[in-house]
Amino acid sequence: MDIRDISPDAVVYWQWGPFSLNATIVFTWAVMALLVIGSWLITRRVTSDVKISRWQNLLEMIVSFMRKEIREASQQDPGIYLTFIGSLFLFIGTCNLLTIVPWYEAPTASLSTTAALAICVFIAVPVYGIRQRGFFGYLKLYFQPSIFMFPFNIMGELSRTLALAVRLFGNIMSGSKIVSILLLIVPFLFPVVMQALGLLTGMIQAYIFGILAIVYIASATRAHQQQQTNVQQTK
Amino acid sequence: MDPISLIGMASIITAGLTIGIGAIGPALGEGRAVAQALSSIAQQPDEQNTITRTLFVGLAMIESTAIYCFVVSMILLFANPFWNHVIEQAGG
Repeated sequence: MDIRDISPDAVVYWQWGPFSLNATIVFTWAVMALLVIGSWLITRRVTSDVKISRWQNLLEMIVSFMRKEIREASQQDPGIYLTFIGSLFLFIGTCNLLTIVPWYEAPTASLSTTAALAICVFIAVPVYGIRQRGFFGYLKLYFQPSIFMFPFNIMGELSRTLALAVRLFGNIMSGSKIVSILLLIVPFLFPVVMQALGLLTGMIQAYIFGILAIVYIASATRAHQQQQTNVQQTK
Repeated sequence: MDPISLIGMASIITAGLTIGIGAIGPALGEGRAVAQALSSIAQQPDEQNTITRTLFVGLAMIESTAIYCFVVSMILLFANPFWNHVIEQAGG
């Protein structure tokens, strides 16, 4: 990636009429294929035996970690959230971890990818909220604590989606940008250190994205239960 | 002064000011957060996992304000819309 390209969107491999195949699309599909084929290969031979393969051990560790984090963050059963939050976490995590591979551009360094992921969260919040609380029960949340807060609730919903997208984009983009700037100044060793730091940042960002998504979803689904316990306590 | 050099000068100076001033606040905030988390871990080592997890989430939230400044300065330097417009006008 050239230093002047602000995102992998600008790296076009193939163009045909209005369709252009840029680095974001290519590497997004590569990561998706890696995840799908990898987990398909591993789960083909899943056993409940005492002796399990090391790959199954890895998958079990990741899934149980995600279940534990979701349960702690949302105080609910992780079952229905695991598919959505887990996919987000695994996709972003794999995207960011693969930056050690040469010629690879992280798709999360493009604002289009992160905006798409943030819009997924933006849609998932009302879906889970309506599923748990009913349509009017969910709509009532926007008028809490009073009806005058309605515009602020709407604005908060929109601005946190924007923040979610720009945070991930900025972190990953700044990582690759700093490495490419350092390559111009000090070619050896120091960019490698920054790249290693980028691995840590990338993993933390994937974790943060998942945790924030589950916190937003939990705030739409949990308030009802809290009110019920409050009423029970006052009685 | 012609518009090209004016826009170039304003963009570069503003980009430097943006990241320079924008890094002060998050740096102070992160310093306070880490200091507080360290003293809480020293007081309650059993709660280290919870404190560390909350600390990382909080740090990322604080850091994002600095990241916004960084994104703005990067846009000013590498994808400046006014610069591109002026260059197009001058070239075409």
